[in-house]
Amino acid sequence: MNVTEILFWILSALAIGSALMVLLSKNPVHSVLWLIMVFFAISGHYILLNAQFLFIVNLIVYAGAIMVLFLFVIMLMNLNTDTEPQKNKWLRLAGVVAGGCLMLVFVAAFREAEIQRQQANAAVRLVQMGEGNIGLIENLGKALFHEYVLPFEISSVLFLSAMVGAVVIGKKGD
Amino acid sequence: MLLTIDWLLIIEKLVLIVVVVLVALGIAMYSTWAERKVAAVMQDRKGPTRAGPFGLLQPVADGIKLFFKEEIIPNTSNKFLFVLGPMLAMMTAMLTSAVIPWGNKIELFGRTIDLQIADVNIGILFIFGVVSLGVYGIMIGGWASNNKFSLMAAIRGASQMISYELAMGIAIIALMFITGTLSLKGIVEQQMNHTWNIIYQPIGFLVFFVCALAECNRTPFDLPEAENELNFGYHQEYSSMKLGFYLFAEYINMFISGVVMATLFFGGYDLPFLNEATLSPNIAALIGVLALFGKAIFFVLVFMWIRWTIPRFRYDQLMNLGWKGLLPLALVNMLVTAAVVLWLNK
Repeated sequence: MNVTEILFWILSALAIGSALMVLLSKNPVHSVLWLIMVFFAISGHYILLNAQFLFIVNLIVYAGAIMVLFLFVIMLMNLNTDTEPQKNKWLRLAGVVAGGCLMLVFVAAFREAEIQRQQANAAVRLVQMGEGNIGLIENLGKALFHEYVLPFEISSVLFLSAMVGAVVIGKKGD
Repeated sequence: MLLTIDWLLIIEKLVLIVVVVLVALGIAMYSTWAERKVAAVMQDRKGPTRAGPFGLLQPVADGIKLFFKEEIIPNTSNKFLFVLGPMLAMMTAMLTSAVIPWGNKIELFGRTIDLQIADVNIGILFIFGVVSLGVYGIMIGGWASNNKFSLMAAIRGASQMISYELAMGIAIIALMFITGTLSLKGIVEQQMNHTWNIIYQPIGFLVFFVCALAECNRTPFDLPEAENELNFGYHQEYSSMKLGFYLFAEYINMFISGVVMATLFFGGYDLPFLNEATLSPNIAALIGVLALFGKAIFFVLVFMWIRWTIPRFRYDQLMNLGWKGLLPLALVNMLVTAAVVLWLNK
């Protein structure tokens, strides 16, 4: 075991543990803070993959911007455990079924990947550090602006329309 | 052992981290003294004079006072988050120093030591990321206090920081067009070989400077701690050293943003009109470090000068300046820079 693998296990445990705490904690503000921890742990994984740009963008966009908005909304609503609406029994059942289906899909996908890897006879490794360089900013920029330039631009139009929609909803009262 | 680690490297980095943190703390301490002296000079007073010569021991006295004050945690507050708030504020203030190149290489005990804790190739984005995390200290502290003034102040602070981050980011993008690298070390080396970036990006620097003032919550952007509207702002319920941490984090932020501005726009550890190659590397590195600190302290003094000159904005003026003033200016600056760079490279 080298440092990378130790870090990998620590980060994975942190990510899964925090993700569980997001669901288990009663206070919604605590949930948001645990979710931020999840993003930190996942960003750590990006560093192990040598994807520094993805690491920092994940932090800036998710931990730095989106989660701040979440926190804003929840703090202003000031939810408490007693004011939290009790969910319908059937809704819970539906949630369990949907979650189970998702897990089934994940297990199937990972199993497929495992079989493929064994067929390709690739070296079994948990992580690769300092090797892959697809996440470096130069390669990522080239991929985005050469191969995927059309989807990239179209998704930016999608964001623009979402922004316009938000402004329209915000202006409705006037 | 199952570990293969370069222990010397880790020790070297640890020493560097401790030194950087201690120096930042020391400078923040004496910034409080300097702030009072600057205020005194501008208002024709004397400022602190009792503790030590020129009141130089005043920060020590203040620190001791804060430590010995009674520690009060409000009954209805969220205890854990209440303590976490100042910790986060302090941590995010210190984190940025990890990627700043404090000087060139020095040679000690036969090892060449880089005076930079981590030379990552996304240095600027790292700073930007940490700045965007700086909101949490204020928000969590303000909310956990369970006081409506604190909450109002926290929300003000967070929305102000998010608004000004945009213009700041775009100003940095325009700078990136010119440097072509995101590594702070690379940017400093480019400026050592050519001219300082301020020559190419005066408008970008202006935008960055105003945004840095806003990110540090300094007057005229200190809406989160507007005493006459919000009593004492987001740290109203805090006492003792937890309050001290919040106040201290502001001064560390000031110092670090001074260092970042010096690094990005004013050549970092470059001393102009001096050929570093003619000196021995250690002396050259020392001069570089001193040059960087000189520039940073100059910016800190400018921050103080502004604080005691300009009154506080109203909240709508603050938002108008951010969204209708700085953001379009930064966008135009970015487009013009991009066009010029494209035209010159063709």
